[in-house]
Amino acid sequence: MKARVFITLKNGVLDPQGKAIGHALNGLGFDSVGEVRQGKVIDLELSGSDAAKAKEDLKAMCEKLLANTVIEKYEIEIK
Amino acid sequence: MKSAVIVFPASNCDRDAKVALTQMTGKAPAMVWHQDSELPDVDLVVLPGGFSYGDYLRCGAMASQSNVMREVKRHADKGGKVLGICNGFQVLTESHLLPGALMRNAALKFVCKPVGLEVSETQSAFTRKYENGQRVTFPVAHGEGSYFADDETLDRLEGENRVAFRYARGENPNGSARDIAGILSEKRNVLGLMPHPERVVDKVLGGTDGRALFQSLIENLT
Repeated sequence: MKARVFITLKNGVLDPQGKAIGHALNGLGFDSVGEVRQGKVIDLELSGSDAAKAKEDLKAMCEKLLANTVIEKYEIEIK
Repeated sequence: MKSAVIVFPASNCDRDAKVALTQMTGKAPAMVWHQDSELPDVDLVVLPGGFSYGDYLRCGAMASQSNVMREVKRHADKGGKVLGICNGFQVLTESHLLPGALMRNAALKFVCKPVGLEVSETQSAFTRKYENGQRVTFPVAHGEGSYFADDETLDRLEGENRVAFRYARGENPNGSARDIAGILSEKRNVLGLMPHPERVVDKVLGGTDGRALFQSLIENLT
């Protein structure tokens, strides 16, 4: 089973990298770009075929290590 | 006072800490490797600056999961003193020994320079030899030192007098909330700070403002 975890900063947490990316895009002439927020994607391969169990495990992984829930939120996608 | 310095792969201020502790206490600290699952019997554990585990995932995240950190947590739970400097502060927040998080500097640049600080709390084993409000200069050297916590946590830190060091007015180098440079744990036995007191214990190396931090600990622990 494959899973993808999206980790992004919580709303309201300042994202200076996102801001810099936005400025750079504006500089390239992409005037339509407003606020930009960036994050990371982690792809995982999991053994087993129980999607519910996988989701539960992934949630624990996010809480324990993959995300810092003080500043980040996460979304889990199972493929 | 007996001390130990934890050495993670890519720690790079572990030897600075060793030199400072040796000079200040007259005894060399035990150097403890991150895979060790035992801590020697010490009064103070120092988590040094550097780039533990290459800053993979998040600064301090991998280090917080290492064998030795379980022992450091146990040491802290028993009331043992823990000092986390720079990357060590990041490890402490990732390990939940201190609240909040250290984020990318607001200006996105690595900052390496001496910075003016204010000692904002002297009622602690780490700061009692300073004067309240004393201005000191410690070097900073970090790319991710912007202290963040929600307002409720910040209010609590201030209400409980747990902000030990603040950047002096106009000198906040990284966008830290409320100019916070260093904080104490609830039991006041853990201190994390981004600036480097261990680099200012010898005139030859540019200053002696950090000496009082070590003298505070020595007085408290011997």
